[in-house]
Amino acid sequence: MGGVAMIEISGLCKNFVLHNQGGAVIPVMRDAALSVAPGECVALVGASGAGKSTLMRMVYGNYLADSGVIRVGGVDVAQAAPREVLALRRATLGYVSQFLRVVPRVPTVDVVAEPLLALGMARDEALARARDLLGRLNIPERLWTLSPTTFSGGEQQRVNIARGFAHAYPALLLDEPTASLDAANREVVLTLIEEAKARGAAILGIFHDEAARDRVCDRVVDVTRFTPGLAA
Amino acid sequence: MTPLLQVKGLTKRYGARIGCQDVSFDLYPGEVMGIVGESGSGKSTLLNCLAGHLEADAGAVVFDTRADGPRDVRAMSEPERRMLARTDWAFVHQNPRDGLRMGVSAGGNVGERLMAVGARHYGNIRGQALDWLDRVEIAGDRIDDRPTAFSGGMQQRLQIARNLVTGPRLVFMDEPTGGLDVSVQARLLDLLRGLVREMGLSAVIVTHDLAVVRLLAHRLMVMKSGHVVEAGLTDQVLDDPQHGYTQLLVSSVLQA
Amino acid sequence: MNDYNFAYLDEQTKRMIRRAILKALAVPGYQVPFASREMPMPYGWGTGGVQVSAACLVPEDRLKVIDQGADDTTNAVSIRRFFERTAGVATTGRTRDATLIQTRHRIPEEPLTRDQILVYQVPIPEPLRFLEPRETETRKMHSLEEYGLVHVKLYEDIARHGQIATSYAYPVKVEGRYVMDPSPIPKFDNPKLESAAVQLFGAGREQRIYALPPHCKVVSLDFEDHPFEASKADHACDLCGSATSYLDEVIVDDAGGRMFVCSDTDYCETRRDAGHLGRLSASGPVTTGQEDAA
Repeated sequence: MGGVAMIEISGLCKNFVLHNQGGAVIPVMRDAALSVAPGECVALVGASGAGKSTLMRMVYGNYLADSGVIRVGGVDVAQAAPREVLALRRATLGYVSQFLRVVPRVPTVDVVAEPLLALGMARDEALARARDLLGRLNIPERLWTLSPTTFSGGEQQRVNIARGFAHAYPALLLDEPTASLDAANREVVLTLIEEAKARGAAILGIFHDEAARDRVCDRVVDVTRFTPGLAA
Repeated sequence: MTPLLQVKGLTKRYGARIGCQDVSFDLYPGEVMGIVGESGSGKSTLLNCLAGHLEADAGAVVFDTRADGPRDVRAMSEPERRMLARTDWAFVHQNPRDGLRMGVSAGGNVGERLMAVGARHYGNIRGQALDWLDRVEIAGDRIDDRPTAFSGGMQQRLQIARNLVTGPRLVFMDEPTGGLDVSVQARLLDLLRGLVREMGLSAVIVTHDLAVVRLLAHRLMVMKSGHVVEAGLTDQVLDDPQHGYTQLLVSSVLQA
Repeated sequence: MNDYNFAYLDEQTKRMIRRAILKALAVPGYQVPFASREMPMPYGWGTGGVQVSAACLVPEDRLKVIDQGADDTTNAVSIRRFFERTAGVATTGRTRDATLIQTRHRIPEEPLTRDQILVYQVPIPEPLRFLEPRETETRKMHSLEEYGLVHVKLYEDIARHGQIATSYAYPVKVEGRYVMDPSPIPKFDNPKLESAAVQLFGAGREQRIYALPPHCKVVSLDFEDHPFEASKADHACDLCGSATSYLDEVIVDDAGGRMFVCSDTDYCETRRDAGHLGRLSASGPVTTGQEDAA
């Protein structure tokens, strides 16, 4: 690794407070710390409910942090104004979630090209890149002009991946990128991850697929260490 | 970067009752801000105070004008404010009938703002109206039809075209998808998203539909009893709500 | 001579109206509110014009009253008789002899002079009324010079008819400031609004007075690619042969026969007295029609 970390987390804590259930406080993260260097892929592991997704969401700014630092490309997501987080998400930090959330009726190719259009890329160029990725991920061309909302789970997952890899983000969050994919498509996704690493992307991911994890990840971080009540 | 709109301590009372109290936020170019809350929470009052339809009791609404930089809209003279309202600002009403001239053709509706700022060439006005009808997906051969002959979704798209034809930088929208059936809503949302991106529009959108704000708004403010109880990134506020009221709001939504 | 005050209205009322007239002359095209009185004639019969005339008349005046260009129609006759009775002023049918002319829907063909006053009867003074029904809003639009809406009306005309089909009450802009309704005169008369005479507009029911001082700039609104045209029927007068005056079309039988005659009866008579002849004159140059209208 070496060099400056792209993603650097330290002293990160989070509780959920359920105001409508008697103000119950549920601690979910205690003193989390990790770092991911450019070109490195780090896997989060730990039992279900240990807080892998919570940590990923906090890095993306989707969940708030109570305390601690989440530095991504020089921006502290835990402190940043919404506008800074938006700029970070646009140019620096990509996120492939497990669920595709899109405006119904927007054609698949536009869904994939959108991150590039948001960065100001010319429409033709953005669409060409989107078609290229959809082709690599074996989405049949006849589906490109249709909305992905009607696609099968595996197809939606691949559209989501194409969208997440459309722009060459310096930092990437991957939530189960190979789940529900067949062998051929799984291979394409792993190749995409390897290409991203090769160009210097820092990747933080959740991989239940152990073979995939072993192939692309340089290290694993066990989040159980950060789980209140579970840590030794 | 200068915010396009800076709102500071905006307050409106209806006698002893609070319309909205001490609302402050910055809106940057290209940002879409959603305002959610139940009926009577003050979100429409706030929107109308921002847009100058209601006179606020206190606070400042500072807009980054093209000519003179940031200026408090509330301190502007009425002609200046009205000029702003038909050039750099736009207001999309929930009910298209409030935002359209129902007795005037579609082309006349779109052309009105152009004529209001001095366009005097019929052919050019008509050309721009046709272009905008196309952008909001209304067939060009409907240009001489009156809005009364349009469906609700078409009327709403016409209202949007009419508002955006002068290339405004800030759009206020009051429940723009309210009253439309779901498939029409989706089409409108897609259209609005594209326009926001292509024109670099900033927008303030009032709605009670959380699905709409998730897809359209970058940032979100939650209002209750005239106060902003929570604000932040839209997905953060919806997925990790901090305030009890927001938690209740989010958990009350029926999942489709 | 009778029990009425001179010209029917009491002196206080005339004073109030004169003040409104002076203000209207000072702000050309601006609608000045005034306390319109009940007149012994129904609204729509020229109550506004009559009050303005009454406030302007002096015993030495010679009054002419026209209705659509004619001196001998009901409205013109009754108003002329009204002032003959209540003011005892002289009356005339001759445009050039009159010092004060009250008109409904026409401007005389003969150019007016600086010694004359032209008083218009106005049904609806607000040019924006049919586009924006709220008076509070139209007043604001005037005060802020927000006149885009007038062009929307003209746009609609072209979109629907291929040309500006508004043919009367055609909106004008006065001295580059106020948009004004010139009353329902044909748009043919619009160029004559730039005149040496004082022009006063009175709307009785709507309680408004507005004015054009002499030689005031009056521009008919239009589009660059659809310029204003002072159009008239493409004929010459069948009685006096004038090719430049505004014409009325008259149906003369039930077989489609028709003739065109000057709407300004005084103008037509004056020309005929001077020996000008039209197509259907008794001793006209050509007699093609099946009817002899003379």
